[in-house]
Amino acid sequence: MSGVRVLVGTRKGAFVLSSDGKRKQWSVNGPHFGGWEIYHVKGSPADPNRLYASQSSAWFGQVLQRSNDGGKTWDAVGNKFAYDGVPGTHQWYDGTQHPWEFKRVWHLEPSLTDPDAVYAGVEDAGLFHSTDGGQNWQELPALRAAKGHLWQPGAGGMCLHTIVVDPRDPSRISVAISAAGVFQTDDAGKSWRPANCGLKSPYQLPDSTAEVGHCVHRIAMHPSRPNVLFMQKHWDVMRSDDGGANWQEISGNLPTDFGFPIEVHAHEPETIYVVPIKSDSEHYPPDAKLRVYRSRTGGNEWEALTTGLPQRDCYVNVLRDAMAVDSLDPCGVYFGTSGGQVYASPDAGDNWAPIVRDLPAVVSVEVQTLP
Amino acid sequence: MIRVALPEHLRRLARVDGEVELALNGPATQRSVLDALETSYPMLRGTIRDHVTLERRPFVRFFACARDLSLAQPDAALPEAVARGTEPFLVVGALAGG
Repeated sequence: MSGVRVLVGTRKGAFVLSSDGKRKQWSVNGPHFGGWEIYHVKGSPADPNRLYASQSSAWFGQVLQRSNDGGKTWDAVGNKFAYDGVPGTHQWYDGTQHPWEFKRVWHLEPSLTDPDAVYAGVEDAGLFHSTDGGQNWQELPALRAAKGHLWQPGAGGMCLHTIVVDPRDPSRISVAISAAGVFQTDDAGKSWRPANCGLKSPYQLPDSTAEVGHCVHRIAMHPSRPNVLFMQKHWDVMRSDDGGANWQEISGNLPTDFGFPIEVHAHEPETIYVVPIKSDSEHYPPDAKLRVYRSRTGGNEWEALTTGLPQRDCYVNVLRDAMAVDSLDPCGVYFGTSGGQVYASPDAGDNWAPIVRDLPAVVSVEVQTLP
Repeated sequence: MIRVALPEHLRRLARVDGEVELALNGPATQRSVLDALETSYPMLRGTIRDHVTLERRPFVRFFACARDLSLAQPDAALPEAVARGTEPFLVVGALAGG
């Protein structure tokens, strides 16, 4: 019987939540790496037993963990993330140039076809690749040549947090960097270009349509349509129908277009999900009601999904990597909150229930659909 | 044998209980102790000192014999009691405050 495994990264460890295909009864396994910050846990699409986890600590730095048995046991693998050559500098708060300094891995993106191949998006923003299961990491340094000297960290850090690989052509990659924007390559990282045309950031940038500097929070793609990209920006929900060359706003009737995650339904490429957050200064839901918004029209027309979610006195946040979908039918949707809840909907968002309520603050949620 | 006491997070990462005992070929210094520690427990590389510069991470401290040795030169001799193994070399996570 099919099932799902939800991989949860929190401020104080990782958790593995498991259920059968009905997605009603859940087991909670963890914490793994208790006390450490787990920014991301993700499984290999080519081998569901192969998982990667980013484990970090202000004291002891970065550790990369790998599991070969679906998260039952883990082994530390390579944690040397050395920028290629002389790392150079980027813009700093005081107008000076500041050297690139590795801080942590924000996001892991395993290959669709090779369990040993995985990308890592890091802070200070850079993209690394491993082809030996995470033992050794090599930077793709040309990314930082895409006007990297103009990138300036936002309050959350200058992190590369999103990696979207074209399933038809893995040499086409889009990445997103906080307070820098979207960058794309068509040659597996040998050259990169900014892809921010159409983004407007009037309260964040002196030139609101600048080529770089936009605070992109997340981009998402349906695997059947790699040229259609969806974006949750700092403010504004956006889409591109030409592979990221141009972006149009699709915020429509959302109560606020600030937020962090955005996801696409597994079987309906025009059905997308966001979690509106009140503002960049008040990181909690508007009206203290936790509402997922779903558009079945690829944006602009949104409906609030509330059944089973708290509709009063709710002041949690949902971070950029903390929403995911499974590929069962109906599609399951999952998200985690800064209050430690992980919610699941087994029916594409119509009904929600908490899998678990009292974890440490949730940083990331990924889902594996198991045979 | 040199005795090294690790903080709990690193003991779990290295999968050890209690103190670690290390045999050194040569004088007992911060560098020789940490080199031997990382050779025996490679998963600790990068968690106590930087991979490339080998500088101590900012929130890691080194104590021994009731002294803070964090700022001592890496090749300075450790106290005799540490070299004899009668006192442990402590790797400590700095106070978080708050």
